Parts: sequence; C-alpha cells; structure tokens
Amino acid sequence: MKPTKEEIISQLRQDMIRWEGFRPQQPGASNDLGLGPVATAFSDGVFPTGAIHEFISSSPEDTAASGGFIAGLVQKILGNGGACLWISYTRRIYPPALKLFGVDPDRVIFIDVPLQKDVLWVTEEALKCEGVATVICETKALSFTESQRLALAVEKSHVTGFILRKDVKKTNTTACVTRWQIRPVRSQLRPGMPGVGHPRWQVELLKVRNGRPGNWTVEWKKQSFQTVIVPQIIESNRRYA
Amino acid sequence: MPKRFASIWFRHLLTDQKAIHQTGLKGKAYVFAEPDHGRMLIMALTEEARKYGITEGMTVADARVIAPDLLVFDGKPGRNIKLLTGLAEWCLRYTPLVQLDPPDGLLLDVTGCTHLKGGEKAYLQEIASRLKTIGYDVRPAIADTIGAAWGVARCAASGLIVPAGAHRNALMTLPPSALRLPMDQLLKLRNLGLHQISSFIYMPNSVLRRRFGKDMVLRLQQALGQEPEYLFPLKEPVPYSERLECLEAIKTRPAIEIALNELLEKLCKRLYGEGLGLRSAMFSWFRVDGKNGNITIGTNHSSNRVLHLFKLFFTKLDTVAPGLAGIELFTLDALKTEPINDKQSELWSAKGGAHNEEVAELLDRVANQIGTAPIHRYLPGEHYWPERTPKLNSDIKKAPESQWRTDKPRPMQILDRPEPIEAMALTPDYPPKLFIWKGEQHIIVGADGPERIEREWWLEPGEHRDYYIAEDEAGRRYWLFRSGHYNAENNQHWYLHGFFA
Repeated sequence: MKPTKEEIISQLRQDMIRWEGFRPQQPGASNDLGLGPVATAFSDGVFPTGAIHEFISSSPEDTAASGGFIAGLVQKILGNGGACLWISYTRRIYPPALKLFGVDPDRVIFIDVPLQKDVLWVTEEALKCEGVATVICETKALSFTESQRLALAVEKSHVTGFILRKDVKKTNTTACVTRWQIRPVRSQLRPGMPGVGHPRWQVELLKVRNGRPGNWTVEWKKQSFQTVIVPQIIESNRRYA
Repeated sequence: MPKRFASIWFRHLLTDQKAIHQTGLKGKAYVFAEPDHGRMLIMALTEEARKYGITEGMTVADARVIAPDLLVFDGKPGRNIKLLTGLAEWCLRYTPLVQLDPPDGLLLDVTGCTHLKGGEKAYLQEIASRLKTIGYDVRPAIADTIGAAWGVARCAASGLIVPAGAHRNALMTLPPSALRLPMDQLLKLRNLGLHQISSFIYMPNSVLRRRFGKDMVLRLQQALGQEPEYLFPLKEPVPYSERLECLEAIKTRPAIEIALNELLEKLCKRLYGEGLGLRSAMFSWFRVDGKNGNITIGTNHSSNRVLHLFKLFFTKLDTVAPGLAGIELFTLDALKTEPINDKQSELWSAKGGAHNEEVAELLDRVANQIGTAPIHRYLPGEHYWPERTPKLNSDIKKAPESQWRTDKPRPMQILDRPEPIEAMALTPDYPPKLFIWKGEQHIIVGADGPERIEREWWLEPGEHRDYYIAEDEAGRRYWLFRSGHYNAENNQHWYLHGFFA
C-alpha cells in the first residue's frame, strides 16, 4: 500500500527531529523529569536530556531562582546514576540549599575555575565525558560558535548540560535546544497565614526547538514541580461576570 | 681479601620505633603484647619496663601487678620484619650486601667498604650514631665471621671491633648464648656448668656432636671461621623508572609522542604486573647540547592506563623544546605509586557519583590544566554558622559522615560576605518593613523568622545573628539578618546574606 501524504509528512517530521539532534527516549531510562504541563512544550512531551539548555538571568535573585529550577531537574537526572559537575567562575551557590531540592550536595563536584577563559574549556571536557550525568556551567558570555561546540560535545556523550548565564544584558543566538528565563514570584500561603510559602517561579520558555514556547507559574512543593494556575485572573473574571 | 662482617643489634627495635613516632613515650615503661593461647604475652619491652623485673614471655596480667602504670600496646606479628627491611634498605648506603637477621638484627658484609668512612672504627661509629639520632638503641660489631660478629654485638662487654684473626680469642670469654643456639641447648650447657665458650671450645668435635647435636658444632665452627657461611643479601628495590635512548637526536613532535608512549607502555606494564598505579610521574628529556627539562603530572586516583596517562602528558607536551640540536634521551620516573583500587568492588556500587573511572580521568585532565585547588566537594560540616555549614573537601571519594540538614530553609545563592543594608524595623523580633540595597527600595510583604544563629564563641568572638526570610512585593526572596540585639536607638546593623530560589 502506498503511504498517504500525511504519513509521508509525519515520517519526514520525525526524521527532521532526529537530524536536528533529538533522540528518541532510551528504553529503561526514565526521562520524565516531573515537569508536568511544562513538558507539553517539547516536541514529544519529554524534556530533552542529552542536550544543552540555556538559562538567562539578569539579577542575583533570578540566578537563585534558576538555580532552584535546575536543581529540581538535576535531582531526577541523577536518579539514573552518574556524576554532577558544577562549573563556575564566580560561584555563589550555597551547597546546603541543594538538599532542599533533592540533590545531595556531596554528590556534586564543584569546579571553581580561576580564569574565566577556562570555564568553557572545562565545560566542554566535562560534557564529552560519558560518566557524567549532568553539567551545570555558570558563565556570562556564550557566543554562537561556543554553543555549537558544546552541542556537538553532548551529541555523542548524551550528557545534559545547563548553561546558567548571569548578568545577561543582550541575548544572542545560540545553538542550545531551549532558552529559559526563571523569575521568582510572590509565594502563596493559605489565606490568613503569615510568612513565606514554597518557592514559586515564573518559568518562561523563550525558545525551544520543535516545540511551543510558553509561560507557566511553577511551585516547588513536596520535592516536585507543581504547575500553578494563577487564581487571581479567574477570580476577578468571576467577580465581574 | 679477608672477609669482614658487621652485625647490628637493635636492642629495643619495636619499642624504639614506637617512641620515634610518639615522642611522649620516651623514657616510659611500656610493652608490646600479643595474644597467645587466650592470654596476652609480652613480646617486646623498654629498658624502663625491664627495671621493674618484667621480661619477655611474661603475661600482661602479671606485669600489671608489678608495674600498675605500665602501658600496653598491641603487637603485630611480622612487624619486626617490616621494620628490619626498611632499616636494611637504609643500610644499603654503607654496603651493597645486607641481610635481615630476625628477630632484631641486621648482618652486613663490609669487606672493602670501611675505608670509605676512614677505617672500621669510624665506619661503625657513623652507623651507630646515625641510628641513634633516628632513635634506635643499637650495638654494632665487626669481626671476621658472621657468627663472631653476631656474638660480640650481643654478648661482649667491650671490644666491638674484633681485629682480623682475633675472633677466636674474642669468643673465648663470651657465654654460650653468643653462638646463636636454641634455648634448650643453652639450658643443657648451663646445667653442665659450661658458662663460657672457652670451657668447651677445646673439646673434640665428635664429643660435642654426640652430646649436643650437629647444629651446635656447625654454629661453633661457623663462628670460628672453619665452616663457610654466606649472606643472602636483600634485593635492592628497583625504582619505577624507564629510559629511552635514541639512536638519532629527535626533533619532531610525533617522534616525541612516540617516545612518551613507548615509555608509558613499558612502565605501565610493570606497574600492572605488580598491581600498582601511578599517582605522580615525571617525563624528562635530555638534549644533545646538554640542556634538559621535564614535565610532571599527577592523578586523583592511581592509574596504569597508558591512554589516560598519555592524555595527561599530552596537554603539556608543548613545553618540550627539542631546539636545533634535538633530544637524545627520554626518561620516565614514577614519583609516587599506589596500589590500584579493585575494580571488582566498583561493580557492586552501580553507577554512582565520582567513583567511576571516566569521571576520575576527566578530573585528572581538568586538574592538569587548571590545578587541583579549584576542584572540590562539600561535606556537611557540623556547624550552624552559615559560613561553616558546608565543609570544603578536596577528596573526591570521601563519604559524608553526617546528614545534610533539611529542617531549616537555606538560600540558593549566598554572598561571600554579608552586605550591609539600610532597614527599617519597627518592633523587636519582627522583620523589617522595608530595606534599601544598592539604592533600590524593597518593601517586605511576607517574612519568616527570626532564626537565631549564635556565634561559635570557641572559634571567634562577635555578635549573634537573627535571620529572616523576607519576600518583597515582586516576589523576590532574601535572607536578611540583624547582627546583635534589637535596640531602640536606631543603630541596628542589618545585612543581606543570600537569595532564596
């Protein structure tokens, strides 16, 4: 039977995804990082591991929020074994906080590179190593060529890379699979309760290859991501209906 | 050339060694005891312990009755052999032929060696004084035969250097125990009233053999030099070093790489056979024009994989400068080796952390490029003070001794040193209403706290801190603290210390 037009097109789409560096999920490895509704933004509903993700932040508050979001992802990735490397030039991350996001701080190897120009070299070496599960790199600048090198490095080794770019004034094109921006938002407690609630972020997926960018409010609660549907808008609608 | 032998007797080998490592023990009465048939027997003791009347072979319980303040350490069987081997290797500087003489001595063939130190007296004096500065109580002696030197070292009151040919006379006045005889024969000789060698040395050999067995005659004849006796010298330790001489001077980079690879293969093969791995190695080159240089690498864990070690050297090969003349000799020295860890055990621990080989090799490469200092892990430190809670640890494999705390929230980002802020707090024990940091005003809408963290006064003086988690209008979460107590005079010190996720 001759394949219909739709079948041919869907087959071609699948091929293109593969050519662009996406790989089908490996059998046995759980790739569900617990992102819930956020994961629907990706091409097949699965967070792409074995790729480079870019997080941009412009203030230390944003960097902290991004760090929390990344730590939540790393927790799931480390569940399959392997090492985690945190490479940085000016690191301010406070290791005990990682424990609150399910990552054992003693499992993370921190490399505080003394010279900024070595950061990307170390990152590339780490991304090439198959024994490593995930690499987090804090850097400021990342040019297109540099990001291409990193993307090529992970293509063979299947390491998941997170590039946390601090103090970004102007974004440039990169070869990363996604670009995220995480901002802290007001936490919510039950009405009438004083204090500060669970960490809550505005997760903005600015760019994603073969997917739909989106914007969600995510809360870290009970050791997992909970997508929050912000209630104020609904309430105000109801009030004036 | 007539043979000359030296015997060195370590009178308190084990106890001296203990005192060298624990200087506080010097001049104290202590013993080493080993279990034997359910009791603890004393195996070695100090001179001070001997003064109480304690001897070898006594049970510890008996000795404790005599000397209540006696210190008892566990002895390890075979420890003396290990110590003697080390000392024998040390003695190789005096003569190439050294033999262990268990339980507590060394035998040296010093034929033709003594003139190097200016005669036998100076030679012996130097050995004795150098061993004494290390901390060993020794008695050395030199004689024509091994037996005579042994006997004189242990039993003679004076005259530790027996002149050539005079060993027969020197032995005359010594007790029979100078002849390396077993205990039962010594007892037999004493029962017969033979207290000196001179009292039975003139007896015919056939008579002695009938009464005491042929071993005793052999020992006597060996001491007198009538029977030959040979040393079984200690094997000299061969250093882990390889050389590659080039027929023609080498100038090109590929040739240098081949040379390095060849040396590594040779060295690694030998290390593999002995179950060892490299921790540190030096690759040196010698140029035809007399110049030379070297490069050194280090690894995090012992490795004898050629490919990995080659990669470590590879990043530094640029510094090899053959010049115009070229290189004629390469050497590779293992500066530090360690037993290679068992791969079998790693199979059980799944694919965990930094334990697998690939990660360790990656860290080696990084360390060779940027140094080992930047690579570290954090283990939970048993401190509340935020700056000390994570304990820096450069060992990649060490497991944490305690759990990380999760009961108190901690910020994701922390400032190296807290930054002072202008804050407005209206009431004691309440978080500030607003604060100004870097010229920006933050109005606080929600806060948790205070969490008081006291200064660890035994480490440093200073004020305690009251920490608050504060959230501002935009949802940004901060870790603020007030240093010291609240006071109404409006000169409180508020600081920003971190940012929550």
